[in-house]
Amino acid sequence: MRVRTRMTAALAGVGALVALSGCGKADMSKQSSPYANAAGAKTVTLSVQSWVGAQANVAVAEYLLKEELGYRVDKVQIDEIPAWDALSQGRVDAIMEDWGHPDQEQRYIKDKKTIVPGGGVGVTGHIGWYVPTYFAKKHPDVTDWKNLNKYAKDFRTPESGGKGQLMDGSPSYVTNDKALVENLDLDYKVVFAGSEAAQITQIEQFAKQQKPFLTYWYKPQWLFKKVPMTEVKLPAYKEGCDADPAKIKCAYPHTPLQKFFNADFAENGGKAAEFLKNFKWSEADQNEVSLLIADKKMSPEDAAKKWIDANESKWRGWLPK
Amino acid sequence: MATATASTPVRDTGIGALLRRRAVVKLLLLAVVAAVAVPILNAKWASGAWPEALTVDLTEPLTKASDWIIDNRDSHWLFTYFFGHISNAIVLSVRGVYLVLLAAGWAGVTVAAGAIAWRVAGLRLAALATAAFAVCGLLGMWVPTMQTLALMVVAVLASVIVGMLLGLAAGLNDRIFRMMRPVLDTMQVLPAFAYLLPVVLVFGIGVPAAVLATVVYSAPPMARLTALGLRGADGGVMEAVASLGATARQRLLSARLPLARKELLLGLNQTIMMALSMAVIASVIGAGGLGDRVYQALSSVDVGQALAAGIPIVLLAVVLDRVTGAAGERLGAHTEDNSPLRGWRGWSIAAAVTLACALAARFADRLEWPTSWVVQIAEPVNTAKDWMVDHLYTGVPVVGGTADWAAHFTKYVLDPLRDGLQGLPWWSVLLIVAALAWVIGTWQTALTAVLAMAAIGVLDVWNASLDTLSQVLAGVAVTVVLGFAIGIAASRSRRLEALLRPVLDVFQTMPQFVYLIPVVALFGVGRAPAVAAAVVYALPAVIRITTQGLRQVSPAAMESAQSLGATSWQQLRQVQLPLARPALMLALNQGVVLVLAVVVIGGLVGGGGLGYDVLAGLARGDLATGLVGGIAIVCLGLMLDRVTQPTERRAKKGA
Repeated sequence: MRVRTRMTAALAGVGALVALSGCGKADMSKQSSPYANAAGAKTVTLSVQSWVGAQANVAVAEYLLKEELGYRVDKVQIDEIPAWDALSQGRVDAIMEDWGHPDQEQRYIKDKKTIVPGGGVGVTGHIGWYVPTYFAKKHPDVTDWKNLNKYAKDFRTPESGGKGQLMDGSPSYVTNDKALVENLDLDYKVVFAGSEAAQITQIEQFAKQQKPFLTYWYKPQWLFKKVPMTEVKLPAYKEGCDADPAKIKCAYPHTPLQKFFNADFAENGGKAAEFLKNFKWSEADQNEVSLLIADKKMSPEDAAKKWIDANESKWRGWLPK
Repeated sequence: MATATASTPVRDTGIGALLRRRAVVKLLLLAVVAAVAVPILNAKWASGAWPEALTVDLTEPLTKASDWIIDNRDSHWLFTYFFGHISNAIVLSVRGVYLVLLAAGWAGVTVAAGAIAWRVAGLRLAALATAAFAVCGLLGMWVPTMQTLALMVVAVLASVIVGMLLGLAAGLNDRIFRMMRPVLDTMQVLPAFAYLLPVVLVFGIGVPAAVLATVVYSAPPMARLTALGLRGADGGVMEAVASLGATARQRLLSARLPLARKELLLGLNQTIMMALSMAVIASVIGAGGLGDRVYQALSSVDVGQALAAGIPIVLLAVVLDRVTGAAGERLGAHTEDNSPLRGWRGWSIAAAVTLACALAARFADRLEWPTSWVVQIAEPVNTAKDWMVDHLYTGVPVVGGTADWAAHFTKYVLDPLRDGLQGLPWWSVLLIVAALAWVIGTWQTALTAVLAMAAIGVLDVWNASLDTLSQVLAGVAVTVVLGFAIGIAASRSRRLEALLRPVLDVFQTMPQFVYLIPVVALFGVGRAPAVAAAVVYALPAVIRITTQGLRQVSPAAMESAQSLGATSWQQLRQVQLPLARPALMLALNQGVVLVLAVVVIGGLVGGGGLGYDVLAGLARGDLATGLVGGIAIVCLGLMLDRVTQPTERRAKKGA
């Protein structure tokens, strides 16, 4: 008796499940967010990465999609690599700024064809090692990696043990730093701040006390306006010198940042897809909006509005005819 | 929220003495085993850290598995006919609830919340519920709140169904009950952070993965309390029902389940609380809603905005906790309700009012929360935070700044502890674990603890785990010292307890993420802020259990001590604390579990160790690193729980 009750319940459960999702095959590549296109509104779901430049892109795109084209925009914060996966499943429609992920491009664009390239953002990114300019002015030779060992003691922190600290940010960011420290024989320990937020907070804190520090950082970034930093020269980048992650001995490349769309969205996304394809602005523009968000603590919406009001000539061309 | 209540059986000193003698016997036995085993082990694998020969490298199979899943997710039957349907069902149900909430509009939802609270728990809570929802709107968080609510409704419903099915099976069948108890025990000590990655891999980033992770996390209390309620049914009543010729199903539906109503409601309450705390952690895997807002705000170091999204979570938690709690109390009170509004009449009035409000808002075209009704709190909060950081960070006369404390704490506590643990020969770590677990618990708990610790070694994350362990130990030490001190103070002053209560509520329900940035601002990047955040999070539970335990010490014992002329201090030391020992042990145990849960999130602020591994795994889609890190966290949690789990608690759970 009892067994039968449970069986009935289980069967009913499975039945309800099948009924809910429609019989037959379920497509894991068409899994839009449950919050998308709700209540009659057309929705675009954008992935926001944790750095502020990406937030600036999304803020401006969101504002224009909303005000000019009548879309609702949902934003989801996802790390870079999972974002590719989410894009291929249709959980997000677009990534507005990607720093180069060859493995993912091979898998999703070439093999599975679930993602298509969306063109450049108009911004070129560069990763490097930086020291604060106030320190570089006092010790000009610190800007060459060959002299870094001399300064290791200046960069020491409680977390780095007896070595100098090279601060890295989020584990999701592209980084070769551990290999670089090893291969260049540097007396440093890579300390991961764990998130960009933690890293920025720490950098600002150091700057306030005018303390020396060495950090993984990247351009374009709004923080340079607040805490001027000077890049440390690493051995020059040559095509292919970063092919084997364990043997890397060279600097990071300059990467034109790219947009990527879910294939289905690119085809059937209508005006929104067309608009996002046309979206392209300069480094200075992006930094302007980023600084408003991150430093002036404006809401991304207000920051975007401010830029949009002042730069109509720039964004008019992005709108679909 | 993992809160627990303590019972304090009064034990005479005879048992205490016996226990002590038994402990000596256990230690002697262990020493004999060690004397035989250690020389052999040492001869074979003499090394400080876990020997290389005893590790298993899972990188290749895990990476292969992960690649297989991603490559076959769109085509393999396992996904298209099974996981895909689960995923679709979740998306559809969350969407359904969300659409209903949107259609009701802010007016409809707010009034409905008030009306339900009124019917279930009375007017006072109705006012609280209405106000809470209004504040969510005022903070400009209406839409994210609705998204979180939709996700919560589905997750809690699923947890309750799963939990009740498991609980039914365990409640009606002794064998299943015995088998399930350790499984549920274990599930509850695992930090949620550890099992995000496997669900993400199968379901991808987003709502389905978030809901499933939440169900895993929050179903156990429901299962446990259902089983408890069913097993606790009054024998006399059951016999009477059986003698009336009721079938098994009738007995279950008409007697057992109704008799277990109180436990079922308590289970619901616990499930809701745990699901809410998970809603924020799930933002790491793209759950959206309030958690995502907290997470987004933190990435631009905007504590004010994070708080604006955190407050609605706290409010939802408080409202849901109070309403379900009050409903439970009403059930227990058995008062005759004679008001004209009882039963269906009250409910239909509530429904009518809600409907009217929703329609009014709809016709006035005011479905969305008016933007002019939003209060910006971000700016003042950030100003306050900046002031604190400017004035406390360093160079404060005499006491030193927070950065100096953090540096000292890292240098004089965390470093020696970590280096000491990592320097210990691996077999001695196992011995210590065995000794602690055996003295406090039974040989089974000791065996589990040792096996868990050994598994960490086998997985080749020995050093990272000991790093995390050192942070947990330091955090627990601070938590216990502060928690016991504050708990003792609160147990002696009703006033202080009343003052503390709202503060503890807030700290217990505020998402852990909200602490992370302020602690970095105060303590810099590293392990110190991770430990600080963990202490803040674990402290309320420890204080609560301590206060409760001390309060429940039998008044007769206290009085007799007083009549013997004992001073207040003597009473505390010689009567209250010994008698409240089980509660204090439970407080320690909870402290350990909660500190571990936050220390691993400390990977986000430079805590390193296992938390960083899980985070890196999630962020890079690297199953090998992430899953091994996650399993190690699970093992560490298991070991810590068993080592601090007094035998009494085990006995009580079986009740």
